[in-house]
Amino acid sequence: MITTIYALAFYFATILLVVGIAYRIFEYAKVPAPLNIATTPAPTTVSGVWLRMFCEVALFESLFKSNKWIWIFGYLFHAGLLLVLIRHIRYFVDPRHVPDFIWLGIAYIQPIGKYAGFAMVFGLAGLAIRRIVVNRVRYISSPSDHLMLLLLIMIGVSGFMMQYVDRTDIVSVKNFFLSLAYLNMFDWQPLPDSLPLMVHLTLVLILMIIFPYSKLLHAPGIFFSPTRNQVDNPREKRRLAPWAKALESGSDKK
Amino acid sequence: MSELDKSELDELNSDADTALPDPLEMPVMVPDAMKDLHSFEAAPKHQNDLGFPGELVDDWQDVAIAKIGDLRQKYRSFRVYLDSCVKCGACTDKCHYYLGTGDPKNMPVARQDLLRSVYRRYYTIPGKIAPWLVGARDLTEDVLSEWYNYYHQCSQCRRCSVYCPYGIDTAEISMAAREIMDSVGKGQKYCNEIIGKVHSIGNNLGMPAKAIKATMEDFEEELEEDTGIPIKLPVDKKGADVLLVTPSADFFAEPHIDGLFGYAKVFHELGVDWTLSTTASEAGNFGMFIGSYDNMRKVSLRIREAALELGVKRIIFGECGHAWRVAYAFLNTLAGPWDFLDPKYPVPQHVCEFTFDAINDGKLEFDKTQNDHMTLTFHDSCNIARATRMGDKPGGQFEIPRAVIKAVCNNYHDMDEDTIKEGTVCCGGGGGILTDDLMDVRVKGAQPRMRALRKVTEEHGVTNLAAICAICKSQFTKVLPKYDFDMEAIQSVHQLVSNAIIMSDAPKEEETPAPESPAKSEDEPSPSSEADKKMDDPHQNDRIG
Repeated sequence: MITTIYALAFYFATILLVVGIAYRIFEYAKVPAPLNIATTPAPTTVSGVWLRMFCEVALFESLFKSNKWIWIFGYLFHAGLLLVLIRHIRYFVDPRHVPDFIWLGIAYIQPIGKYAGFAMVFGLAGLAIRRIVVNRVRYISSPSDHLMLLLLIMIGVSGFMMQYVDRTDIVSVKNFFLSLAYLNMFDWQPLPDSLPLMVHLTLVLILMIIFPYSKLLHAPGIFFSPTRNQVDNPREKRRLAPWAKALESGSDKK
Repeated sequence: MSELDKSELDELNSDADTALPDPLEMPVMVPDAMKDLHSFEAAPKHQNDLGFPGELVDDWQDVAIAKIGDLRQKYRSFRVYLDSCVKCGACTDKCHYYLGTGDPKNMPVARQDLLRSVYRRYYTIPGKIAPWLVGARDLTEDVLSEWYNYYHQCSQCRRCSVYCPYGIDTAEISMAAREIMDSVGKGQKYCNEIIGKVHSIGNNLGMPAKAIKATMEDFEEELEEDTGIPIKLPVDKKGADVLLVTPSADFFAEPHIDGLFGYAKVFHELGVDWTLSTTASEAGNFGMFIGSYDNMRKVSLRIREAALELGVKRIIFGECGHAWRVAYAFLNTLAGPWDFLDPKYPVPQHVCEFTFDAINDGKLEFDKTQNDHMTLTFHDSCNIARATRMGDKPGGQFEIPRAVIKAVCNNYHDMDEDTIKEGTVCCGGGGGILTDDLMDVRVKGAQPRMRALRKVTEEHGVTNLAAICAICKSQFTKVLPKYDFDMEAIQSVHQLVSNAIIMSDAPKEEETPAPESPAKSEDEPSPSSEADKKMDDPHQNDRIG
């Protein structure tokens, strides 16, 4: 019963997450950027913009300029999360279906991934404390902002519990997800009976479901941010949004 | 207008050995400190002139909500920025209005949230289901009034966009908010009245063609008296090579006029055939401040028409901040393509780029000692610093004006690194709030800049502040005295050029026509304004403080 509920829930959440984000990306891409509003100094070439975007996404460059505390906590969280996610890949893939060198990489990251989990929760805790202690940040926080951090922290903590407190039969968990991932529709492998696991998976499901409707959209959003992704070339290159082009046919222009 | 805190002023006036406040020092948070600051609303006529309803329409909520929907289909920035903010707090201490007022709604993220909360309520699923959870709220009259007051306490300077990890630009949100308010009939008098004047007369000041011509004739006489050379300020001259588009403040305000004299002297010295236009007699484009593409485009098209009519080959813009943003970043889109102009030159060019190139080519000579009575610093105007470029390298907008100043002045010192260049703090008067009814926030918003200035004054003997923006110049003239500086401490960059430039066709000493202009007539500082007379007095050197 529990296995069936989680199996269906994961299918549902995955579809929602993938379709939801894809739809947002489609929406963002569809809306024109009618004017060049790059925050200058900005790169004057496309490759320069790639570099700028890389520095923003991989190093949080603007945040570094802005506030060292948020940068440290934010970076620990995001970098930790990335490593933890990579570490989790092994639960979703069958080694027989992936090239050796990738599997080797995933195997290599396992011990690092454990520490990364602590870094992630430490960073999140720092952000959560800041949100309460710094009056400027408290002022701008809605209940959802606090809850989002709590959700992520709880995901991390329940993960630790599975590892260190109430050790979960991870092989069974893997079999469950492999049966989902390889679409063994009528042969879902049973989830082990474990409270931390149930908590962990439920919270992850919630995260997947709210992603496309929440501020987590900053992840795709940054790539569409005109102040960051535009080339500083407005004198050389004329841009004209489709709706602005319609104005051109008017009689007011000589 | 509320006065500055007494203790704050005492602090500002304290001796050099007392610790000066950090320019970016965090204020004590005072919720709602500025909530009642309400600038004059536009009269029905001013609204109608721009194609907006004269007064608040009956179904204004529906219209406003529909407008939000419309804008999110037209502007990617608006759409992405409303969705992407994570409330990390990185921007909370970056706005000069928050630093100066302590009102938390002047923190960039909180200012955006005034609108984002409404967007969430009507356009997102969580906001529709559980508004209390995600900080969504209904659009009520209180909210509209809050929008009006706080979106007119934003100078759209984009300092926050530099520091936001996603590049969220509050200026984009505040422009959209003003456009939404205009669409329901709640516009601001200052901006909308001015845009109307540009549409009907040709410039922000409302100066008709005749008056411009007469003023330029007066200026020519003044220049000839000062220099002994017939330096021209041509108006509507067909077939000229260069069309100069400059803020109309350059025709009537100090120190703007001295900057205009500087351009004229440079053009004269280089033998450039140039002209002003009476129809495109304004570089500024307040259409940007109210987020109206239509108005911004209409204002820009005047320049295209003037360029075509006069048959010029190049367009050069005078010293004006947001004008340079619209010119540099938007003009090609709004009024281009410029294929009828000389392709050898960028369209448009900034007058600083022009002068800088001439200096580099060795075509201009200066007597730098003419500016020796001053030690200069440079105020990077926000729109130029963070929304444009000069020259062909990123950051040219910082280097080129400084290079021009250093070519004509011996004494120069920058302010604190985190208050200049891309981190520059706004003068406090940009973005359509340079109006007396907003003086309170103008004075308070200038605090970080004034503190940075105080620091270089005390530590490096800086006496004067140079800028290349008409709004900055006007704003500083008003607020410098509030912080115990001399109102004349603000200089145009081309005023400094004007002081130092050596005119090669200047008459020999004995031929000097003006009796009161002795020996060094050729490099005499420009026009006989009160400012210049004082400058000649060595005891008046300490112009600031």
